[in-house]
Amino acid sequence: MSHWPFIAGAYAVALIGTFGLAGWSLAAMRRTERAVESLKGER
Amino acid sequence: MHILANPTRFLRLARPLTAWLGWGGALLIAVGLSWGLFAAPPDYLQGDTVRIMYVHVPAAWLGMAGWAGIAAASLMQIVWRHPLAAVAARALALPGAVFTFICLATGSLWGRPAWGTWWEWDGRMTSMLVLLFLYIGFIALADAERERGGEGRLAAIFGLVGAINLPIIHYSVLWWRTLHQGQSIGLTRSSIDSSMLWPLFISAAGFSLLFGAIVLMRMRAALAQQKVEARLRRMAA
Repeated sequence: MSHWPFIAGAYAVALIGTFGLAGWSLAAMRRTERAVESLKGER
Repeated sequence: MHILANPTRFLRLARPLTAWLGWGGALLIAVGLSWGLFAAPPDYLQGDTVRIMYVHVPAAWLGMAGWAGIAAASLMQIVWRHPLAAVAARALALPGAVFTFICLATGSLWGRPAWGTWWEWDGRMTSMLVLLFLYIGFIALADAERERGGEGRLAAIFGLVGAINLPIIHYSVLWWRTLHQGQSIGLTRSSIDSSMLWPLFISAAGFSLLFGAIVLMRMRAALAQQKVEARLRRMAA
């Protein structure tokens, strides 16, 4: 049995999970911080 | 820690730190995983499957560290009522849950070629699965309390009580007969050769820095959301 498909699967799960969460968190942070700035302008 | 409890002071520090932790973490992950995949030697017994260690061990460490952070933030919320403590605990929960899931999934992918099974109800694996359920419970409870306008004290108590699972995970390989290997890395010595330990250390440092950046991003988003809600309430009044 080749071990490489298991290794590739493990790395894919780890990298997609980690960088997917990082990208999602970055997008959410930018979206809410932009909303704060736009509300400041409406004062 | 008390100094950082002020949101304005926290944001002044968090803004530059987020980028440094994020880019530093990504760079260290690239170095650590490339080293682990292509330069580190295979294990004499497990062969190439040992390379899963470079993602599995950092995920396990961060899954547990995430809950330790929730417990510390919960204590601060209950004892000192720090305004940032509940925000920090909520920001830690999802990354902690994701890394616990990564630990379980990569462990399963390691177990199949190494032990011949995807899953075994032994102490280490079961207590790690319990940690994932604790995270899901904490997220649900904190969200429900926030929607009702509560301070999140119930979630804080849950965060403290759930910390009981951390020593159970750590000592599970000593307390019960298990398929999972025993402790390989201690504070003073390690049974892993340095040719494998260095890429593991770099990979763990990289994932830890990126975890820190993710938590800071989620805290900044939560604080910005609070500002938006407060401003909308003032505008509506």
